[in-house]
This record gives sequence, structure tokens and C-alpha cells, in this order.
Amino acid sequence: MRSFSYVRPESPQDAIRAFTAAGAGARYVAGGTTLFDLMKLGVERPAHLIDVTAIRGLDSVRTDGDTLRFEALATMSAVASNPQIMRDYPVLSESLSLAASQQIRNMATVGGNLLQRTRCMYFRNGAGSSSTVGVYPCNKREPGSGCAAIGGLDRGQAVLGQSEACTAVSPGDWPVALTAMNASIELLGPAGARTVPIADLYLLPASTPQQEFSIKPGEMITAITVPKTTAGRASTYLKIRDRESYAFALASAAVALDLDGDRVQRAHVALGGVATRPWRAQQAETVLVGQKLTPELALAAGQTAMKGARAGSVNAYKIELGAQTVANALTTAFTRRGR
Amino acid sequence: MLSLNARVNGRPVSLPVDARTSLLDLIREHLGLGGTKKGCDHGQCGACTVHVDDQRVLSCLTLAAKVEDRDVTTIEGLSDGKSLHPMQKAFVDNDALQCGYCTPGQIMAAVACVKEGNAKSEDSIREYMSGNICRCGAYVGIVAAIQEAAPKMRQD
Repeated sequence: MRSFSYVRPESPQDAIRAFTAAGAGARYVAGGTTLFDLMKLGVERPAHLIDVTAIRGLDSVRTDGDTLRFEALATMSAVASNPQIMRDYPVLSESLSLAASQQIRNMATVGGNLLQRTRCMYFRNGAGSSSTVGVYPCNKREPGSGCAAIGGLDRGQAVLGQSEACTAVSPGDWPVALTAMNASIELLGPAGARTVPIADLYLLPASTPQQEFSIKPGEMITAITVPKTTAGRASTYLKIRDRESYAFALASAAVALDLDGDRVQRAHVALGGVATRPWRAQQAETVLVGQKLTPELALAAGQTAMKGARAGSVNAYKIELGAQTVANALTTAFTRRGR
Repeated sequence: MLSLNARVNGRPVSLPVDARTSLLDLIREHLGLGGTKKGCDHGQCGACTVHVDDQRVLSCLTLAAKVEDRDVTTIEGLSDGKSLHPMQKAFVDNDALQCGYCTPGQIMAAVACVKEGNAKSEDSIREYMSGNICRCGAYVGIVAAIQEAAPKMRQD
């Protein structure tokens, strides 16, 4: 691993100053569960680490008022086990408790989680100590080098949102749930504070897969807000994996329903595990609105969510799996109405 | 080099470390405590599980510099060195291991699992222990050991 400088500022302002002063190769680190891992693989090669976890008072969870507010340094385990979130927004708590292991959830923060990088095995096969590029070409890791996943072992690759340059799946669960629930992300940087809808945080790979987030240099996530909604109670996060626990999603669905009796007034649907970014399925939501939720309608919504999907050589199963995952999640959310 | 000050198994520790050092390497290579195991070194197996301020974490994915001013507990610090911790005894009594390589991580995760209140059913134990892989497949014994040790730990 390349050597790097390491500092632990105690305020967001000091962190931003340290980042600006460090210059090229500076990175913020919180839990480090992704970054440190990728540094060991030679995929991430920061010259300066600015550890933000010594900043105090940036880990609260607020549920009063009109919005839920999660400060960036709250751990995944703390938010997952928050009794009010578990009761009123199961889609949020489940997306966290079904992710990683308890050890990792104790380390990883809900802010850092938004910026975790893909688990595409070609991306992770980075530069060793003796080589300057990875074993396999990867446009995300080494822009312009090519994509070994296209035409390669693509069982885990995306079927939605991919480009000629990259098919890597966006790995998160929490970002998918937040996408369904219209979250906003508060950022602080050298030019001050700003708030972006989560939909604008994630970029499609297009011809620049190395650019995954719309965050500007020196900006850090300080908080995540979610507008409160009664749909939170009739919600769920369903994650389909190769093993029953502690695995990344092959397909996942975050859904929440506002219901008038059996009829859907408003629907929130987002998918994970199948796309190159957290994937909001607005057309699927339109299919549901005004209708009585039946198993047939749920499946129709799932199929609509996967419309436009394109498979590679061995990942066509994800198209049907994605549709069924949405359908099953909708049925579960529906059974939670009137709790 | 950074200067690191922490407490490991109740003892103050003060030493220079390279910023690249993982907590796992600090424990094994710098402090000579070999109980904590390096399995995958990538956060996938759980063999390196230790407690930092009473929370279970993966020492392989923790930068050593992050434990500044913190309390680290390894398998060596679980009991007083003369008697076994109830979880250790339950692992022995329930044959919860074969080769034993994952066992220190399993035990550290299991103790935390009970303290968190996540050991109240077999399903919950299996879910909250899913970050610890046992290549020998001793899972039945591990679950039985945790179920046996949990009430004893609550009495202590």
C-alpha cells in the first residue's frame, strides 16, 4: 500500500481546511470499511487521509418535525436499531440491517455508506505492488483501459443504466431506500453548504464511469434528510442474495405505499442490485397509483420497473428477478398497511 | 509515523505506528497478541473481530490510528487469564469448533451479540453472527454455545 499522511480534525471546518491544504490525492475517510479495503487492493491510492470521525456532534438522529434527519457520522447499526425508524420507516431500517455484518455496521457511517464503491470483481482487481494497472482493464479504475466485464463473467453486472464503458452495479442498500423516499443530502465544502436531492448525487457511468458522484472536491456529506410520510409504515426493503445473510444484492427493492383502503394513492419504488446507480422506478409507481393492489398489479409494476433492461451473457436472470423482487416487496408493504 | 495512545485489554499502550497499519497488524505484530486471527484481511470472514469501546468491529478494516484514546479488547482480554469466560466455556462444551482458526473472532462476535440483545432466538443469532465464517462448518455448535452462554452472561 502506498504511504499517506493522516490527520484527525475535530470540526467540519478544520476537515475542509485540511482537505484544501493537502491538495491532490486528498480523501475524507469515516468508517473506512470500503476505502481501506480498496487501498489494500491498490484500487484506491490516496496521498492524504482526512479522518472525519473525530468530529463531535455529527452523529445524531432526529425524528421530530417534518423531516427525519440523519447526521453523517451516525453508524449504520445505530440507525438500523432506532425504534422509531424501525416502526415508522421499516424500509430504511431494513435496508441497513440487511447490509453488511454487525461488525461493519458498527464501523460504517450512514454518510460514508452513500459513497461506497462497486463490488464489480474486475474493478476490485486493482494494481498490485509491482504493476501500475490492474490485472484486468477497468474504465472505472483506469479510465480508457476498457471493460473486462463486458463479454466477461457478468453474472453480477447491471442490466439497467449500463454503458459501453461500464456495467458495474451500484452496491448499496441504504442509498436505494433513500432514493425511494426522496431523501436530500446536505453537503459542506470550501464554497459553503448546499443540499442536493439524492437523485442528483449519483451519476450514470456513460463515457466517464470513474465519476460516480456529483460531489465537488473538498465537499463532505454532513447529513441526510427524508421528508416524513405516512407511506413509511407500509414499506419494506427486500433483498435477494446468493446466501441468506451477509452478501450483496442480486436484486433488491425499496417500496413504500400510501393507501386509501386497498387502493394505492402514492407509491415509492426503487431498485438495487440491478442498475449502475440507485434506480428509481417512476413508471412502475404510475402503474400502481389509483389501483387496487393485487398480486397481478404488483407483478405488472415489477415488470414495468425492469422495462428497457438489457442483459449480457449470463445475467438475463436479473430481469425476471428484479420484477419479482419488486412484486414481492409491494405485497409485503401492502400487508403492513394500518399497522 | 504517528504516535498512538490507546488501551488494549485494560493496559495503556503507547507506540509509534505507520498510518497504513491496521488494528489487526497492530495487535498481532506490534503488541504480540496472536489470538486475533487474520483470515481474509478484507472484511469478509470475521476472524479478526475485536471490541473497540465495547462494540464489535473488524480489526482488519480499522486503521490503527483510529483507536487513539479508545479501549480495545481482544480474545486475550476476555477473562482474567485463569478462568474461562462463559462464552469460551460454552464453545468448549458444545464442540463449537474444529480447526479453531475462526474461533477467537466467533467468540468476540458472540459476546457482543449477547450484550447487544441479539441472541434471543436461534434465527437472530444466525443473522447477527453472519459476519463470521467458519470454514469447518461448526455453525450448529456455535449457535448452541451462544444459546447456552447467553443466560449465564446475563447473570454475571
